[in-house]
Amino acid sequence: MILNMGPQHPSTHGVLRVLLEIDGETIVRIMPDIGFLHTGIEKTCEAKFYQQVVPLTDRIDYLCPMTNNLAYVLAVEKLLGLEIPPKAQWMRVLMNELTRINSHLVWLGTHAMDIGALTVFLYCFREREEILNMFEMISGQRMMTSYFRIGGLALEPPLGFFERVREFAGRFPDKVDEYENLLTGNPIWMMRTKGVAQLSAEDAIALGASGPTLRGSGVDIDLRRDMPYSGYENFKFKVPVAQECDVFARYMCRVRELRESNEIVKQALDGMPEGPIKADAPGIVLPDREKMKTQMEALIYHFKIITEGFAVPAGEVYQAVESPRGEMGYYIVSDGTAKPYRVHMRAACLANLQTLPKMCEGRLIADVVAAIGSIDIVLGEIDR
Amino acid sequence: MALAPAITDLEQLKGHPALARLLAWNASAVTGAKFDRDEMTIYIDRSNLREACALLRDDAECTFNYLSDVTCVDWYPAEPRFEVVYHLLSISKKERVRLKVRLDSASPVVESLTSLWPGANYFEREVFDLFGIRFTGHPYLRRLLMPEDWEGHPLRKDYPVEGYR
Repeated sequence: MILNMGPQHPSTHGVLRVLLEIDGETIVRIMPDIGFLHTGIEKTCEAKFYQQVVPLTDRIDYLCPMTNNLAYVLAVEKLLGLEIPPKAQWMRVLMNELTRINSHLVWLGTHAMDIGALTVFLYCFREREEILNMFEMISGQRMMTSYFRIGGLALEPPLGFFERVREFAGRFPDKVDEYENLLTGNPIWMMRTKGVAQLSAEDAIALGASGPTLRGSGVDIDLRRDMPYSGYENFKFKVPVAQECDVFARYMCRVRELRESNEIVKQALDGMPEGPIKADAPGIVLPDREKMKTQMEALIYHFKIITEGFAVPAGEVYQAVESPRGEMGYYIVSDGTAKPYRVHMRAACLANLQTLPKMCEGRLIADVVAAIGSIDIVLGEIDR
Repeated sequence: MALAPAITDLEQLKGHPALARLLAWNASAVTGAKFDRDEMTIYIDRSNLREACALLRDDAECTFNYLSDVTCVDWYPAEPRFEVVYHLLSISKKERVRLKVRLDSASPVVESLTSLWPGANYFEREVFDLFGIRFTGHPYLRRLLMPEDWEGHPLRKDYPVEGYR
């Protein structure tokens, strides 16, 4: 029998459609069907100036906008050969780790809700609300932040921002304990997750899985540590790896990552350097408002950047960052003009979704929900 | 930080392990190389692509065992028109290499990598869907993102951004 699940199904986290060929309760074959959220972002990018692409990158993965902003601006900065001031780099790390916490909280809440633990959802969204408020404080937006710019940041962090983050980081570990008290030792949770949706390390690598989906299968790789970008080499953190290859292992990886990200946030606050937040590159970075009122050059640069963009030397780069879901890569080809010739996003979720048949075939229908939750998909990123 | 010019001379680049390995195996399979912005690009002849990837995956020196990404660039109206781009990652060495295959518009066909990495499946389907590149040996070469009955390949450069009205 063929059973259709989605695209309007609450546990498929968006608009994923899954075709299940079943024999009784057992799954014989599973076929994900995607593309319902395809918006042609890659094509749109080719018609925009480089700086106009930044807001588009938010929309790819609406749970970790800053990570996508970062991957894109790093790629363009690599094409330009721009040097970024230390304060901007540290702010980027700080915001990225807050984004990771934000994304993992949504994952934890919805994943637990799919499996039947409703309370966790409310607790997770309580902390997430606080992070979204901080995003609003710094960028004016709760979700589509577009806070990073090519060459630095959009705005100086406002007064009281660091105190607020520090206050949050101080009490967050207790909140993680709270989630873990509800789930980690809970016999129902363990029965639903332990030994479910097995994925061996060989399969995970062959299928291109990345992030916690790969680390939950015992492969120790994290781009932040192994191929550092944006100053991650200055931070000390552990990379959680679990050997059990099941839903519980992926759960443990992400929960530990919540704690590690919180540690990175604290380190970023403690070591935040002083200095400018934008690179010294007049034709690329928008001038300060004050300078525009007093200096003619600043006004001219502003006008030129807005109306005709800036040319980027011909070439190509691939810049990958460790997003909450795995390897988020931007491949950008420049032909020397002010618009990118080609922008390609390597979506971590697209590759992770391919592991679903390996995880589910031969198992029960109820496990599909746990498996989909455990790979933490965002359909906006898959379909682009 | 000034940009260093790209190095495209094979002689200068042959110290790079992946390129050295490929040249030692079959020098005619490598049609060019480029080292630019700290990234290595190797151009492979289309008929040797799958074997070159198998070599880089299984070699004890290179160990590029992870296929990060497959995509394509359309250089319309130039010929050869398409460049299919593969990003390989070595998990143990933490290194990347980019392989490229040039295809002309008359026969945009290249061998599929799904037999080496099953994960190439969706990436190649996406390239087929959006660029019209055909991958021989692919188990299920159907449209991935666009509707089944869609006409044309949207990421080609001769396809208008706002679509056909």
